Formats: sequence, structure tokens, C-alpha cells
Amino acid sequence: MSDLTRLSAAEAAHALAAGSVTSVALTEAALGRIAAVDGEVAAFLHLDAEGALAQAAASDDRRAEGAPASELDGVPIAVKDVLATSGLPTTCGSKILQGWVPPYDATVVAKLKAAGLPILGKTNMDEFAMGSSTEHSAYGPTRNPWDLTRIPGGSGGGSAAAVASYEAPLAIGTDTGGSIRQPASVTGTVGMKPTYGGVSRYGLVAMANSLDQVGPVTRTVLDAALLHDVVGGHDPLDSTSIAQPWASMAQAAREGAGADLTGLRIGVIKELGGEGYQPGVQQAFAEACDLLVGAGAEIVEVSCPNFVHALATYYLIMPCEASSNLAKFDAMRYGLRVVPDGDPSAEDVMRATREAGFGAEVKRRIILGTYALSSGYYDAYYGQAQKVRTLIARDFEAAFGAADVLVSPTAPTTAFKLGEKLDDPLAMYLNDLATIPANLAGVPGLSLPSGLAAEDGLPAGFQILAPALADDRCYRVGAALEALLTREWGGPLLDRCPELSTALSPEGAR
Amino acid sequence: MSADLTPYDEVVAAYDPALGLEVHVELNTASKMFCGCATEFGAEPNTQVCPTCLGLPGAMPVVNATAVESAIRIGLALNCQIAEWCRFARKNYFYPDMPKNFQTSQYDEPIAFNGWTEVEVPVGTGPGAETRTFRIEIERAHMEEDTGKSLHVGGATGRIHGADYSLVDYNRAGIPLIEIVTKPILGAGEFAPQVARAYVGQLRELLLGLGVSDVRMEQGSLRCDVNLSLAPKGSDRLGTRTETKNVNSLRSVERAVRYEMQRHAAVLSGGESILQETRHWHEDTGITTSGREKSDAEDYRYFPEPDLVPVAPSREWVEQLRAELPEPPRERRARLQAEWGFTDLEMRDTVGAGALELVAETIAAGAAPQSARKWWLSDLARRANDTGVEIGALGVSPQQVAAVQGLVDAGTLNDKLARQVFDGLVAGEGTPEEIVAARGLAIVSDDGALSAAVDAAIAENPDVAEKIRDGKHAAAGALIGAVMKAMRGQADAGRVRELILERLS
Repeated sequence: MSDLTRLSAAEAAHALAAGSVTSVALTEAALGRIAAVDGEVAAFLHLDAEGALAQAAASDDRRAEGAPASELDGVPIAVKDVLATSGLPTTCGSKILQGWVPPYDATVVAKLKAAGLPILGKTNMDEFAMGSSTEHSAYGPTRNPWDLTRIPGGSGGGSAAAVASYEAPLAIGTDTGGSIRQPASVTGTVGMKPTYGGVSRYGLVAMANSLDQVGPVTRTVLDAALLHDVVGGHDPLDSTSIAQPWASMAQAAREGAGADLTGLRIGVIKELGGEGYQPGVQQAFAEACDLLVGAGAEIVEVSCPNFVHALATYYLIMPCEASSNLAKFDAMRYGLRVVPDGDPSAEDVMRATREAGFGAEVKRRIILGTYALSSGYYDAYYGQAQKVRTLIARDFEAAFGAADVLVSPTAPTTAFKLGEKLDDPLAMYLNDLATIPANLAGVPGLSLPSGLAAEDGLPAGFQILAPALADDRCYRVGAALEALLTREWGGPLLDRCPELSTALSPEGAR
Repeated sequence: MSADLTPYDEVVAAYDPALGLEVHVELNTASKMFCGCATEFGAEPNTQVCPTCLGLPGAMPVVNATAVESAIRIGLALNCQIAEWCRFARKNYFYPDMPKNFQTSQYDEPIAFNGWTEVEVPVGTGPGAETRTFRIEIERAHMEEDTGKSLHVGGATGRIHGADYSLVDYNRAGIPLIEIVTKPILGAGEFAPQVARAYVGQLRELLLGLGVSDVRMEQGSLRCDVNLSLAPKGSDRLGTRTETKNVNSLRSVERAVRYEMQRHAAVLSGGESILQETRHWHEDTGITTSGREKSDAEDYRYFPEPDLVPVAPSREWVEQLRAELPEPPRERRARLQAEWGFTDLEMRDTVGAGALELVAETIAAGAAPQSARKWWLSDLARRANDTGVEIGALGVSPQQVAAVQGLVDAGTLNDKLARQVFDGLVAGEGTPEEIVAARGLAIVSDDGALSAAVDAAIAENPDVAEKIRDGKHAAAGALIGAVMKAMRGQADAGRVRELILERLS
């Protein structure tokens, strides 16, 4: 095996099953790659080489005994730092949680461990998942492997960059308004936001509980489906998780690749395109649609008129929930504690800690949410936003009456420059225009690369939305499109990503 | 510092009180409201905690189905409507004993609402006293979680101000609570303190009957906040209210209402206005003091809890729970009174002393109704009163009272000796039998020892003996007293009398 880091998770799983590679070798290769390139990419906040190698060795033992725990047993993975990992720091990209080591595993993490996936470490993110560039991480930005002067998307830029730079074949992300899909879009990778309730949120440090969802970040649609099958399903610890059996996503992806799409109705959402969308992004999207038509699909234009209110609705509901969720960070039980001079009261300590521990974007959203929930404003803001949310869900229902899946560009632009939108929150928020409606309605959405934008040569993303519970449909159509595009390009898009310098940076692997 | 108080009769002559009672009941579920942690009272601090009830980042709540069932049963027993669909809400405020800095509660969608109950209050005193019935409207009963418990160390008052440091025990955080809120109780007039006490007492009975809570006020599993305002007599507007917290015994409920009525009246009569605030009740001194100010500006920013799905109890389930409700307290009291043969006054005193369940259990353990009543309402009630604890918290169980009465019935003890057994029980010296043995309290039934004492008494009191020989049997009392004294009370007075009369006839 020439370079183990280049294997997809499915390929690695196949090699493990065939006995041609060990989990320890795969894990060492990933750790070596991280050591080589993460000084530049900065995808990881915490590495757990020792733990990962121990898990890898245990996986190899299971293989040797002929009892692998899952299809992905032994394939290493990176986890976004927003999920609680027992014994491994969990900071959510925030100073306020610096040094906190959870005493428990998030359900998704427990499932990864049970399925035998060695956990390499925790990936960088915008503080408490608030941002679209990973620049709001208190520990510095992650860089886009396609161009190190550009953002990797956010909030899950760390997970997307780790996968795009071959540091890990698999990663876990979370998506509240696009934090899995938009990073996937701008890094040329695959990201899936499952149906709300499809994957347990227990142990996910919530930004907005009614919008958050955990999902896979990978280089191929099949890998995302395989990982989805591992982490998905009902969890009695999360009352909002759906108690019903799910179709195999991996099977859907395998069936979808190379499939004839005759009879498939694909709805192009009128409101998610046109003005504000980069021409090269629109062109890549249109060409991908043409390929789908070529494979037999029918394109219909659908209108979701209330989507124009999605961003405003999102920026009320999300900060309201976030302002309450983040109240627990008060220095009383864990994390940062700042004690002011004099004889401070508990309230003084809370105030000083929150002042020092939270970054500007987090404070902005806490203030927004606190204001919107205040007596006298609740009905006008939170109440109204919930009504619009219902209207958006109805738009989806109507659109899914006319089409089997809905499609759009994932993000309006390719990766922008680091620092470019840092002082303009509204410009930053606009990045999530096309991804937010799925969170508001709870429907699943997959992003896969649609090509490179002509004007800057950077990846663009193609979003496939399906009705709630029909996650398998995203994978079926996604795998079909991926196969068509790969054939068109003569290989995966990521093959065109410039080689990263593999000289050890002075910092080395952190 | 004690406030100026207006004499009670002047208060009720000039003002109409409006009373509101908020009762928090800790349910006796095996696990907490939103996690699987144990709920045992008195465990080592912070040993019954988990990521969820500690509010650790990422942890999520799951509703305890038994707590929902208890809430519905309480609602039904209070004649409430049961919501077909309701949600939990977050009540946001910062406090160190609140792990998440929001309390998961219910706001505008309580599980139970629009109920009522009726309580009886004696009008006048003595055997011929009448009772008056007051109807109390229940606004709502909703589910929520308890907070942790702060312990302020150092400083003189045990309060947060002046403390050296504070400790928090999160064992209590997340214990299921039902908050039962009355609508303003108007028209109770001079009886407001008794109405308040009767309501809380009856609620206690009802909750005990439902088996949903231990309702131990002294352990905080039933906590009462008293809202009170006064309005000039005949006014149709409500006055400014105060909310008195920490009212944790039935007696205190009555005293706190009376105190606040007298304090309000003094403030209002002095031309000043009542500050809307929280006040703390002090059991020891019988006064309230100002707590934190509670203005209308306090904003909890309630919104529906997004981590929980709505609670939607099916109508079939609700009707099944309704059909299985136990006998309501008033009906039960009437039935028990008839079974026990108590007079109205005896029954009222029993209920008033908070001893109904104790008497019932004592009878169930084998004691005759009048014996059970006698011990609880005379001897044990006095002890409770002297030591300032609830009668149920004396450390004497109904089974022990029945056992002591059994020893009296068997002739092993007389009433005087039985009281000494109760001394031993309160002091925790063991079972009644062990105390009798250890303290050597049993009646001496050995006629040899008794006869010797009788002979000695006759010899020492020849003139009394002469009178008895002359047929004046009433004079025997003096000799009996002498014998009992010589026997240090451990003799059956009836047997002593027989022996004396045998000898002197």
C-alpha cells in the first residue's frame, strides 16, 4: 500500500477485511500525516495518538479473532471538539472550556468506540460552533488545504480540513445552520446533515438544540453513508431522537453509484441561486444538474417563497436557544474561572469569567438571544420566528410534492480569504443562506463537490435535500452524481488539491 | 429585628386579606426528573449526580414517566383539567445552585390547571364549635426540577452575605417537583391563617393518600410559599403582595399568614406602602425578614425547552388514572371518624395536630382508636410542641405507639410507666420492649414483693388502716399511694388495692 492516508474509509475497511493492512498501520499513517501537515492546516485542537493507537491495536486483535465490531472497525476518525469525549479535552473552540475533560462520552463517540474506530483527536471549530470560517475559534483559525490563505468553512472547518488534507479518512461534524455542509463545500469534501433526530445529540454541546444535528464529514458519499450507519439511530438519552428503524445508508449509496436516474424528479429551488451566488459556483451547479439529466433525471423548478426569511428566522431562534445554553458556563463547576480582585461574590466571578472566556461572536449571539427572549419582545421575535419556521417547513412539504429531492449550491461562494469577513458579521452569515432552511425544517441535506469555480479554481458544493426520514435518498442521488462527476473529471476532485508541504513545521503536531 | 404589628382584631376589622399558596412537593420517584440518579434523602453530598443533573456541557434531559403520572394524579385529585399537550420551558436565571443556570419547569402550558378543593375550618372553639367550608381554586399544578442546595460556611447568619465560602450539594438538583399554585383566596377574612393551614394540611393528606411524596415538611419534601396582600375592607382591588418563603411546618403556615397580616396592616396604617418582595420566615422567632427584592422587572425569559418533546398524555390513560384515585381526604376523614367512633371535636383535634395518619397507622397496628388518639394527642403532641418539631418527626412510630399500648393492655405497663417508655423512644434507646427491660419499667406482679410493701404501708399508717376496716374504702387511696411510692410506680394500682382490701376486710 503506497500511501494509506489516501484510502477512502470504504477502501481502508476493505483492506482491513482482506488482511492487507492493520488498523495500527492506518492510524500511524494518519498520525504521521497530521504531524507532517497540521502545523499549516491547524485542523486539530487536541491529538490523542496514544489512545488512538491503543484503540487501533484492540481493533487489530478483534480482526485477528475474526470478530470485528463493525464494517469500519479499525478505520481512524477525527471528532469535532463540540462532542464530549471521556478523558479527552473538549473545549468547543472556547477559552471558557479550556482544560475541561468530560467524564463521559457523547452517544456518537460511544458508538464510534463501540464500532472500533480509533479516535485521532478533536478538530477545530468556531467557538461554540458560531461561525462560517473557523476564524472564531479561540485557538486560532484552521486553513483551507486548497489555499492556506483561505478559510476552510465553519463552524466545522477543522473536520473538513482534516479530511481534505488526508489527515483522517473520516470525521464527525455538527450542523446547526450549515456547519457540516458549508465546510464540505469549500474544501471539496462530502458532508451530511441527517434528519433532525436521526443521530443522537447527547453529549453534543448545544448551540441551538432545535437545529443542531451530528453528521459525517468524509471524502466520498459512500464513506459518509458508512459512518452515518455507525452513528445514527435512536438514543434513549436524547428524547428528540427518532425511535424508528432506519434504512442502511451505505446500501443506498452503493445502489446509487452508477444508477439509472430515470423517473427521478429533481427540484431546483428558485430562491437558492441567482443574485449573491458566485458565477463559477452557479456554473458548476448547472453542469452537475446537466449530468443528472443525462442520467435520466428530470429537473423541475420549485419555489420556496418563505426561504427568503430563513436567515432572519435562524438568527432569532439560534441565539435565543444559545443564550440559554451558554448560561451554564459560569465558573462554578468546570472550565475557566476568573476571580476579580477584592472580595468578589459568585455573581462577580461569573461576570468576570464570562467576560474573559467568551469571544466577541459568542457574546454577540448571547446578547441577541437574551434580548429576543425578553419580556415584551418574545412574541415579536421568538414567537414570530417559530411561525415563519412552520411556513418554511410547509414550503418544503409543497416542494417535495413536486420533486423527490431538492438541490441547490451548498454555499453561495467558494472559500473566501481569512480575515475577509471577520469584521462584517452579516456578510459572514450570508454564507449559510442555502443551508439554513434544512435545519429550520429538520430535513436531511448532503453536500458533495460539484467542481471548481472557473474564476478562482476553488471547490464548490452541490446540496441535495430530501424529506425528513429519507436520508437514504440523499445518499442514493449523491452517490449517483458523485459517480457521474468522477467519471467526468477522471478522478476525485480532491486529486486536484495542491500538495501540502509535508515538512514538519516548527510547531510540529500539537 | 421585629417589625411593628397591628393587633389581629384591628387587622381584620380594617382589611381583607388575599392569600395565595404555592406549594412545592418533592415526588418520591426512585430517580430524578430528567436523569436516572437516585433521590434518597440525606446521602453524602454530590454522590447522586450525573452529567445531566450537574448540567455538564452536552448532557440532555429525559422526562421521568413516573413523575408525569404523579403530576397527573395530583392534578386529578385537585379536580384539575389535564393538558392534552404541554411542554417544559426554561426559566432562565443565574444562581450557583442551578447547574444549568436555567430551571427546567413549565410555564404557560402546565400539565394540570383549573382545579379546586374545599377545606373546613372551625369557627369558634370548644366541643360545640361549628365548621365553615372554604373553596380554594387551584390555578395550576406543574412539573419542574429542584435546585441544588447551598451551604454557606462562616459568617454569623449562615446566609450568603458574610459567609467565608459556599458549598453546593447537587444531590437535590433534578429531584422532581410539582408546584401547586392556588388562585388568590379571597373572602377568608379573619380565618385566613387557619384556611392556609387547613389547605396545606389537607394537601399533605391528599399527597400521602396518593403515595406520590413523603411530604415531610421538616425534610423539605413539601415546601410552602405564602403570598399575602391586604386591601382596605370593601375594596375591589388587591394590595401589594409579599411572598414569604421557608414556611416549613403546618403551624408555621398559620403563624406566617397571621404575622404578615399584622405586619402589612402596621405598614399600611402608618401610611406607607408594602414593598413587593420575598420574605423569609423564621421558625424560631416567628417573624419574617426581607429577602431579595422581587420586582415585576425580573425576567426569566421563558421559552419552550427544545431538548424535550411535548408531554401528551392520552385521554384513556388520564381516565384510567382518575378511576384509580384513592378516596379524597374529606370523605376519608368522615369514614374514619365513623369507624373510630370519634366525636367531631376529637376528629378535628386529631387533624389539627397533624396526627391523622399517625393515629390511623397506630390503629392499623392494633391499638384501640381511643388509645391511639390519647397517646398522640396528649403525651406526644405535648412533646412535639415542647421541642418545636412536627409530631411525625419525634422519632416515635405508630407501630411503637401500638406496641406500648399493647404492653399497657397486657398489664406490663401502666400509663405512667408508658410515658417513660416514650421518653426512651424519643431518646432513641431501642424498641419499647428493650426500653422496658433496660429501664426496668415493668410492673411488679410478684405478689410476694407487693404483699410486703402492703404490709409495711398498713403498719406505718395504722389510723388509715382502721378507717378502711370500718368500711371507708375510699381511704384506701392513701395506702395505695404509699405502696406505689415504695414500688417506685412499678405496680398495678388495681392489684395493690385488692391486696389492701383483702387484708383489712
